[in-house]
Amino acid sequence: MKLAYYPGCSLKGTSFEYEVSLLKILEAMNIEVKEIPDWNCCGASAAHSINHNLSVALPARNLAIAEKDGFESVLAPCAACSNRLKNAAYELKNDDILKEKITDSLEMPYNSEMSINNMLEFLIGVVGKDKIKSMVTKPLAGLKVASYYGCLLVRPPKVMQFDDPENPVTMDELVALTGAEPVNYSFKTECCGAINSLSKPDVVMALTGNILYDIKKHGADLVVVACPLCHSNLDVRQKEIERKYDEKIGLPVLFITELLGLSFGIDPKNLAIDGHMVAADRVLKKIEGLTNQQ
Amino acid sequence: MARIGVFVCWCGSNIAGTVDVEKVREEAAKIPGVVSAVDYKYMCSDPGQNSLRNVIKEKNLTGVVLAACSPHMHENTFRKAAVKEGLNPYFVEIANIREQVSWVHEDKERATAKAVDLMKMMVEKVKRDRPIEDVRVPLNKKALVIGGGIAGIQAALDIANGGVEVILVEKEPSIGGRMIQLDETFPTLDCSSCIMTPKMVEANQHPNIKLYTYSEIEDVSGYIGNFKIKIRKKTKSVVEKDCTGCGECWNACPMHKNVKSEFNLNLSERTAIYVPFPQAVPLIPVLDRSVCLHYKKGGKCQKCLDACGPKCIDFSLQDEIIEETVGAIVASTGYDLMDTSMYGEYGYGKFKDVVSGLQFERLLSASGPTEGVIKRPSDGKTPQTIVFVQCVGSRDPEKGVPYCSKVCCMYTAKHAKLFAHKVHGSQSYVFYIDIRSTSKGYEEFVRGAMEQDGAVYLRGRVSKIYEDDGKLIVKGADTLSGNQVEIAADMVVLATGVLPKKGSDKLAQMLGISYDKYGFLTESHPKLRPAESSTAGIFLAGMAQGPRDIPESVVSGSAAASKILGLFSKSEYEVEGTIANVNEATCVACFYCQRVCAYSAISRKEIKDRSGKLIKVVANVNPGLCTGCGACVNACFSKSIDVKGFMDDQIYAEIKSLAV
Repeated sequence: MKLAYYPGCSLKGTSFEYEVSLLKILEAMNIEVKEIPDWNCCGASAAHSINHNLSVALPARNLAIAEKDGFESVLAPCAACSNRLKNAAYELKNDDILKEKITDSLEMPYNSEMSINNMLEFLIGVVGKDKIKSMVTKPLAGLKVASYYGCLLVRPPKVMQFDDPENPVTMDELVALTGAEPVNYSFKTECCGAINSLSKPDVVMALTGNILYDIKKHGADLVVVACPLCHSNLDVRQKEIERKYDEKIGLPVLFITELLGLSFGIDPKNLAIDGHMVAADRVLKKIEGLTNQQ
Repeated sequence: MARIGVFVCWCGSNIAGTVDVEKVREEAAKIPGVVSAVDYKYMCSDPGQNSLRNVIKEKNLTGVVLAACSPHMHENTFRKAAVKEGLNPYFVEIANIREQVSWVHEDKERATAKAVDLMKMMVEKVKRDRPIEDVRVPLNKKALVIGGGIAGIQAALDIANGGVEVILVEKEPSIGGRMIQLDETFPTLDCSSCIMTPKMVEANQHPNIKLYTYSEIEDVSGYIGNFKIKIRKKTKSVVEKDCTGCGECWNACPMHKNVKSEFNLNLSERTAIYVPFPQAVPLIPVLDRSVCLHYKKGGKCQKCLDACGPKCIDFSLQDEIIEETVGAIVASTGYDLMDTSMYGEYGYGKFKDVVSGLQFERLLSASGPTEGVIKRPSDGKTPQTIVFVQCVGSRDPEKGVPYCSKVCCMYTAKHAKLFAHKVHGSQSYVFYIDIRSTSKGYEEFVRGAMEQDGAVYLRGRVSKIYEDDGKLIVKGADTLSGNQVEIAADMVVLATGVLPKKGSDKLAQMLGISYDKYGFLTESHPKLRPAESSTAGIFLAGMAQGPRDIPESVVSGSAAASKILGLFSKSEYEVEGTIANVNEATCVACFYCQRVCAYSAISRKEIKDRSGKLIKVVANVNPGLCTGCGACVNACFSKSIDVKGFMDDQIYAEIKSLAV
């Protein structure tokens, strides 16, 4: 199967660590993906609150290009991108009038057959647990990892059709494959404040603070995410939150791809783990210690 | 020679506003055979009916066409009027120019043209009408009530007190239904078992009621007046006539820690041989073979039999199939509570102290697992703070159902009151969307929960419940103050929505009655025939029809009973004569008609000569089952079936009238 890769803006900018680590583990697993040529913005955060047609047309163009190039499946690692692509595909599949309107304005046909995967779906569904398990050369046994899902991977459930929207487990399963221990806590899908980060940082700090302190309380060494926006709020805002609430957190926030990379034995430098705001040094040392023990 | 009268109704402006009724009358007068054409403001009124009768008399009419509203509305009215003048009722035809014309069209000219066409068709039909006699069906004056909850018990008692024999079938080991699981009832706070057990006992001892518990309906066939019922009486492994209900057997059973009690909604355990609750009626235990050691360990354990004085436990007893013939049926199959697993954010099933409303009833009940002392399931401590969440599953089209479950507002207020009465100094919070308290004394009751018993009502929904330091943290919105609230509770009670009893859809299919998309049994008419199902002779009662409270369930049980007593007050039941009719001379016995008949109304009939020699086999229509739907007419290759009142020549003439 020809796999298309839709990076979106985050993976080329603020979350370059996500792309670097993703491409690295795909290379290690010998899986080839091809970036959709001439891809454009998925319309996330802005388009769907301004113009409905635009919010469908933007992702639809990317899907139509992928279809034209003979791809059957798209990997959209960014949760917002996969959410927008899936929403557009869902609407096009269920609304013939809209589909005609959109394909007319794009001047490209689209058959609504494209399968769209977020990062976790791709890893579990396309790559497969067995393959991932076979790649783990440095099991992370002893490491406690909290998976934070946020909202975009699972909502709206009718469209996403992915995991349990209130109690998702896919990322925890991946964590378990690395040998690390998934941490159960209360706020897996709680709102992180999302793009209010720019307009209402106080709200975001309160919401993200809730999540981080709860994870801390449940004894995790680090947090993994599969969403650039989640990552940005949990990682970039962490120091500010510590100052505001006068309580240390110190939780490194990694992308799931980075954690997998570590368990595959890939050098942390090649996974861009040094690109985060909250340094992962202590965790990396712990991993080193753990794997040396084994 | 046909002498037809055409009557065009204005229905005030309902028809006359969109259809030129005078034009319709003028066109009618031009049709050959029409000897009278009139229009009138309200044909269904007394003067309207009188004018109809006068014209029939004066013009000696052979047929009548009414261009008026749907035949569902007034066909009967006009037929009765015609009968009074000596006309066969089936010589009255209705052209529906209201629902099918004036209400659905705007252009007056085209609407009028359509009304004329419909009227013409009916004139051609009525010219070819033959007299039809209604069919009379004998009645077996015995009733079956399915489901022994409060609605079913009420129906059974009312029918039995009317002097009619009743068979009451209950799936569970005891009658009593959901009501016997409740603690106290709103709005009077009288104890549910105190008012329920006398009724249960009365039903059990009534000379006219035959009670089958632990039994299910296996098959239903037949029709009004003559239903053939097969009941599977599951074996209790107990010889019922010898059992005294002493309790030695269940006290002796070694399986006392492993099986969850269904009656206590998994809040306690029961034994393998058990009665669901101490006041069970009949007080005869049931042996659950799926968990009994006797069956699991090859007959080794028989402690119950050893303990039994009259030795009435018999491990070899088998299910019995009982056959009964009844004339009418009441379906009162009751309800289940929604599974709230789709509300992962509320943690039902994950957090032990998040319970359903019905589970809380059991915790309140003196016969419940905690003997009426409120103890939370996780550690047995008495909670000081309880959060009640209303509308869990109800009024939520995304995750649950769009309808209101109707009883939750009231029972939540009751829970808050009882909690305040039993645990002094405690505090309850209630999250609600709206308060629906519309019956007698209900609003005062809810206000009492707030004002006398101090329940804090918060208008808004709960977004999440999670555990923190042994407390359940309930996060929600208070939309009246516009604040987000967080309450640390010891226990959470979810007012889970009401669903029809699992399996009631299968029963409905067996009975041949309709149900809605949720599985609630549907009434023949939601307002005017609320006790009747879509099938003659089958009546409905209780929550099987939809959410309702105890008084309403009792009323519906009585309503179904009175319908049955009314039906049985006559010696025979009359069915409309417009049913299928087989021409035995041309029938080739292919029985395609039998295959398409949805009502199993067609059987094989052997025609024999005087010496008993078989001449031929033909299709035969059971008039009690046939609804006149016409499916067999289409299926018949040899054109040997017609539906009376809808003969081929009539239909062709109707179509031809359009072509001219």
